Amino acid sequence: MLLEIKNLHVEIDGKKILNGLDLAIEQGKVHAIMGPNGSGKSTLAYVLAGKEDYAVTEGDILFNGESVLDLDPDERAARGLFLAFQYPIEIPGVATMTFLRTALNAQRKARGEGELSTPDFLKRVREAAGKLEINQDMLRRAVNVGFSGGEKKRNEILQMAMLEPRLAVLDETDSGLDIDALKIVSEGVNRLRSPERAFIVITHYQRLLDYIVPDVVHVLSRGRIVKTGGKELALELEASGYAQYQSEAA
Amino acid sequence: MPAVQETVEQVRRIDVDQYKYGFETPIESEKAPKGLSEDIVRFISEKKNEPQWMLDWRLDAYRRWLTMREPAWARVSYPKIDFQNIYYYAAPKKFKAPKSLDEVDPEILRTYEKLGIPLREQEILAGVVREDGSTPSKVAVDAVFDSVSVATTFKEELKKAGVIFMPISEALREHPELVRRYIGTVVPVTDNFYATLNSAVFSDGSFVYVPAGVRCPMELSTYFRINEKNTGQFERTLIIADKGSYVSYLEGCTAPQRDENQLHAAVVELITLDDAEIKYSTVQNWYPGDSEGRGGVYNFVTKRGDCRGRNAKISWTQVETGSAITWKYPSCILRGDNSRGEFYSIAISNGHQQVDSGTKMIHLGKNTTSRIISKGIAAGKSQNTYRGLVSAHRKATGARNFTNCDSLLVGDKCGAHTVPYIEARNSSAVFEHEATTSKISADMLFYCRQRGLSAEEATALVVNGFVKDVLQQLPMEFAVEAQKLISISLEGSVG
Ligand SMILES: Nc1ncnc2c1ncn2[C@@H]1O[C@H](COP(=O)(O)OP(=O)(O)OP(=O)(O)O)[C@@H](O)[C@H]1O
Ligand SMILES: [Mg+2]
Repeated sequence: MLLEIKNLHVEIDGKKILNGLDLAIEQGKVHAIMGPNGSGKSTLAYVLAGKEDYAVTEGDILFNGESVLDLDPDERAARGLFLAFQYPIEIPGVATMTFLRTALNAQRKARGEGELSTPDFLKRVREAAGKLEINQDMLRRAVNVGFSGGEKKRNEILQMAMLEPRLAVLDETDSGLDIDALKIVSEGVNRLRSPERAFIVITHYQRLLDYIVPDVVHVLSRGRIVKTGGKELALELEASGYAQYQSEAA
Repeated sequence: MPAVQETVEQVRRIDVDQYKYGFETPIESEKAPKGLSEDIVRFISEKKNEPQWMLDWRLDAYRRWLTMREPAWARVSYPKIDFQNIYYYAAPKKFKAPKSLDEVDPEILRTYEKLGIPLREQEILAGVVREDGSTPSKVAVDAVFDSVSVATTFKEELKKAGVIFMPISEALREHPELVRRYIGTVVPVTDNFYATLNSAVFSDGSFVYVPAGVRCPMELSTYFRINEKNTGQFERTLIIADKGSYVSYLEGCTAPQRDENQLHAAVVELITLDDAEIKYSTVQNWYPGDSEGRGGVYNFVTKRGDCRGRNAKISWTQVETGSAITWKYPSCILRGDNSRGEFYSIAISNGHQQVDSGTKMIHLGKNTTSRIISKGIAAGKSQNTYRGLVSAHRKATGARNFTNCDSLLVGDKCGAHTVPYIEARNSSAVFEHEATTSKISADMLFYCRQRGLSAEEATALVVNGFVKDVLQQLPMEFAVEAQKLISISLEGSVG
């Protein structure tokens, strides 16, 4: 198992958000997580990434068989965990290119690998950016500053492509994307699908799952997984909504 | 770089307590006794073979200084300085120089390494004097810069252009009429306690004169860097840009500077005549003291530029990361019509450092403009104050100023303060002021760390973004080093 979440309980500011969540993900698989607003999807993503303020009161998260609860966010990142943010953060004054390079080299250093040479790095960024239709001008601009909603999401996928994680969590990467951008981003994700890499795709829309076809679909409600099925589950939800699951969980 | 690594490893093995670099005062014959008196002032002047008028000027300063008091308005606190317990004259190299990098503080070497300074250059910066007494800089510089030829080329090039660039002590002998005409005309002898003290006892510093119409053929930084001299604690610099000339000057060094003198009271005077421009950049990284803030340098500096002619321009750029206490307000007197003053500042304080810095823009001429961009970063238990004055004289019609003053707090044990003073004596003056104080954003740091940056790397990256507008004002080669320096200064500020 690449990721095993066991009986995870999480609180923030004393408020219980996740209540005994179980989830196991094998290498090479794509799991979609759907669920009503406020059910705890982003919380799960943040807890996986190690954001402070989130208190794990019970349970464990194993990544590659090792508990990551005591690891810092950067240590988790270096082990191959990536989070595409629902709301990407702006960093004024730091060029996107510089950010990508600093991040990549930091991860390589943490893994005991050497820094990438400037020509090698530039070649990789240009290639990855080209495929996502991100132009050079955007790479020179400060990270996410003044980017449109869709540009921010594409920038997240660019970072994912550069960092080549083992597990990528995409938190509503489809929201705010126009139809063309949705295709570009989905293709970007599909290109990275491989037997070694797994994805958690958090979304509200079954449409995304037409492009990124999941192996498993979960429904998250009130802080737990209340239903698991195949890709047809997404279609079902589209038709019937979450009402039945919310009452079931209650 | 394996060579550096090796040296650093070697140095690490040395017991740090044995290390005495920089703080020892061996007995020497060429030294005046401690304390300040008229005799000491005479002694200094005589040692330097100064003309009579210079001695008189110094004595006048000394007598006035006796009647003055230390300023107390800055937001800094320190034990009372005993001015009779300081040496005011000593032969330039009075400390025992390390014989090789093995004898240099490992902390300093680590910083050199992080700054990416080549091994040979590290020796110069650390002031190494070899066993055989060979001049360290020459040997080392030979290897790095092919110094003799480079320095000679520089000198010839400057000479050809007619630029005078030499120690002020030398200028007093070779160009006394120029020094006499300009010294003390921007920072008067009685300007303030420290400037007056400096006037009485100044040790040495740089003198630059750029003749009319000449664009100085190089950044004086390039030259300065490889000829770094021990100018002592009372440095005095005078730069004159004659009509239509231009010069860019960089003072200081990104490498950490240790000094046996705790008190530094420098004076810098800049003069630009019609259509002339001086760009003055500083990177200040004096010893900030130990983890408890003990032993750091007190930096009480008076820097002022006078735009004396029409369309004259003076631009100050500073990166302040060192010293236990920084008291510094590089200012511009905008006397000539249409003259322009600029102040770009990055002031970082960490540990127990105290910074009270800013600028004064004094608009006297018509249609004068000024611009102030200040970025203060407070980390650790430090206090960081921006203090700025913008004033427009009654006759300064059409004066304009834009001030942007941002403070960033790293952690919650530090303080950032903004103290702007604005005085507009005529109604046509337009002064714009923007100021922000923010805490370094947890979301930004988390975003960076999710991408693999450590807490310190993330902080440094965000801070570098915060100061980017100012970094851009530095000469290229220093911008890169300054960026690394910022990361280093913030070490230990998180977690
Ligand atoms: N700092 C906080 N303090 C208190 N409650 C919080 C905090 N952060 C999140 N919550 C609450 O936790 C719950 C889960 O939030 P989360 O962002 O994980 O939901 P989500 O499933 O991602 O929703 P959406 O579909 O709208 O993105 C919400 O009720 C939210 O208000
Ligand atoms: Mg969410």
